[in-house]
Amino acid sequence: MTNKWGRWTVLTLFGLYFLVPMAASVEFSLRDVNDTHSFASWGKLLDEPGLFETLGTSLWVAAGTVALTLLIMVPTVSWVHLRKPKLRRLMEGISLLPLVIPPIVLVNGVLVVFADAPEVINGTPVILVLEYVVLALPFTYRTLDAGLQAIALPTLVEAARSLGAGWGTVLLRVIMPNIRSAVFGAAFLNLALVLGEYTLAGILLMDTFPVWTVQTGQSEAGVSVAVSLFSLFVAFLLLFVLSVVAGRRRLERGIA
Amino acid sequence: MIETKTGAAVEFRRLRREFGEVKALDGLNLLIEPGELVALLGPSGCGKTTALRVLAGLEQVDSGEVLVDGSDVVGVPANKRDMGMVFQAYSLFPNLTVLDNVAFGLRLRGQGTTTRQKRAQELLELVGLDTHAKRYPHQLSGGQQQRVALARALAIEPRVLLLDEPLSALDAQVRTQLRDEIRRLQLRVGITTLFVTHDQEEALSIADRVGVMKAGRLEQCDTPAALYARPATAFVAEFVGTMNHLAGTVTGGGTEVDVAGQRLKLAEPGERPDGAAVRVLVRPESVTLEAATDGQARITDHSFRGAVTRLTAVLPDGTAVLADLPSLAAAELLPGSAAAAGFGSRPVLLAADA
Repeated sequence: MTNKWGRWTVLTLFGLYFLVPMAASVEFSLRDVNDTHSFASWGKLLDEPGLFETLGTSLWVAAGTVALTLLIMVPTVSWVHLRKPKLRRLMEGISLLPLVIPPIVLVNGVLVVFADAPEVINGTPVILVLEYVVLALPFTYRTLDAGLQAIALPTLVEAARSLGAGWGTVLLRVIMPNIRSAVFGAAFLNLALVLGEYTLAGILLMDTFPVWTVQTGQSEAGVSVAVSLFSLFVAFLLLFVLSVVAGRRRLERGIA
Repeated sequence: MIETKTGAAVEFRRLRREFGEVKALDGLNLLIEPGELVALLGPSGCGKTTALRVLAGLEQVDSGEVLVDGSDVVGVPANKRDMGMVFQAYSLFPNLTVLDNVAFGLRLRGQGTTTRQKRAQELLELVGLDTHAKRYPHQLSGGQQQRVALARALAIEPRVLLLDEPLSALDAQVRTQLRDEIRRLQLRVGITTLFVTHDQEEALSIADRVGVMKAGRLEQCDTPAALYARPATAFVAEFVGTMNHLAGTVTGGGTEVDVAGQRLKLAEPGERPDGAAVRVLVRPESVTLEAATDGQARITDHSFRGAVTRLTAVLPDGTAVLADLPSLAAAELLPGSAAAAGFGSRPVLLAADA
């Protein structure tokens, strides 16, 4: 019983730690003059110019990041598992580099490398996609690595090969469906990263949703808190949608 | 109803494959007749699995030819070879139902949904799992999973069926049952089959011919009966069936061997000079034991096995000898009693290292 009480105590403490500031923020964002409450700040928020444009940009960048990450990482990590399992440690080390390298170095590096690149990349959020793919690497690699570790990859691949599957089919029909939760996990992390990343986007002068959030929040305290809550809410909503999609697929397979 | 492109002939010619220092295949030659089931048997690391994987296209060779119906398939990728393969375990696609697993290869061959489901269902009937079509692999037992894997391999009407220790992860009873079932199916479909195993009983009971491998080469390939009765080398003799090792001395100009005062004929005379100390190989059923108060052997164990009884006797020099006797003849030979031992009924082989 003590065990159970201990568990609930910890859970409650952590719950309070997360929920109290959020509740306070909600309360603050609803405050109006003379100790009354209203939706005034939220109303102003929706009137601010650029909300939907920047949100659109961020979603676009998020989609691009997820797509490019999976396109590069799923085949790469699968290949390492199949053919060069000894490289797994090295790969893990490399994938951790973006956590160690300061963002400003990363930005400069990318700017130098892509200095002569066509304008499609340089002047547009495409460059953000490229940066975020790198930035998300530590999370992506570990998630996919764990997913592949959990299945009998070599045997499944060889079975598919002997049944007539080319490498593309192996990747799409055998590997992807069986590491689905890892793929969704990687997608979650990418999405969360893109919807919260300010430094790189700010330095590169891109109008993404996080950048807009910061700029808009500078005008007025109430609006600023409302904006933060709003961005949290958007992220929650998207992650929720993703997890419902992932969950439903799993139910269809009869795995609860 | 179930048809295959029956009876492709398979031939390995001088296959070589090295993994670093290890010679997995060291000039392997083997001919499998159309419709034949050949089992490759050998200790781990003898190259038997490598040979099978080479045929599947999952492993490359350094040199040599792999002929299927006369044409070399060495350069052909695995997915173009039409080989039906059953693995040791866990090879079913976890995300697909049993039916979809079996239909997987048919789908890749562009067959329509109705056609492939009908055929997958037929194959599931063949392995007795048609009522499990809608289940997922994790809902099946190990034996059922291997049946599905077999159905999936046969569904594509493969040229050759490759079985890579398909029974070794199963428990004893299921293993025997599935083994007999594989043989029954193989005969019915008439498909050329290569079966790799380290279990001699499995190999002897299922195969038309058994190839015993050692260090990347074939020691002997023959029918189970011939392999047991006339092993070509001491390695085969020791690996197939049970063998007693007895100390002896070569005599008679290299044609005979003296074991505990008895002269035994050598199956391969002249290999060692007179007087050489050797280890002589004698099968338990070639050993005779008779109750005799002045006998030199002492019975230490008596294990009734139905028609035969396996006795263990200790010779004066301390060597333990196994003997299989008809149970009636063995009735009096209880532990502690003395017996006279005889080894002489058939020509004997010498162990390789003595």
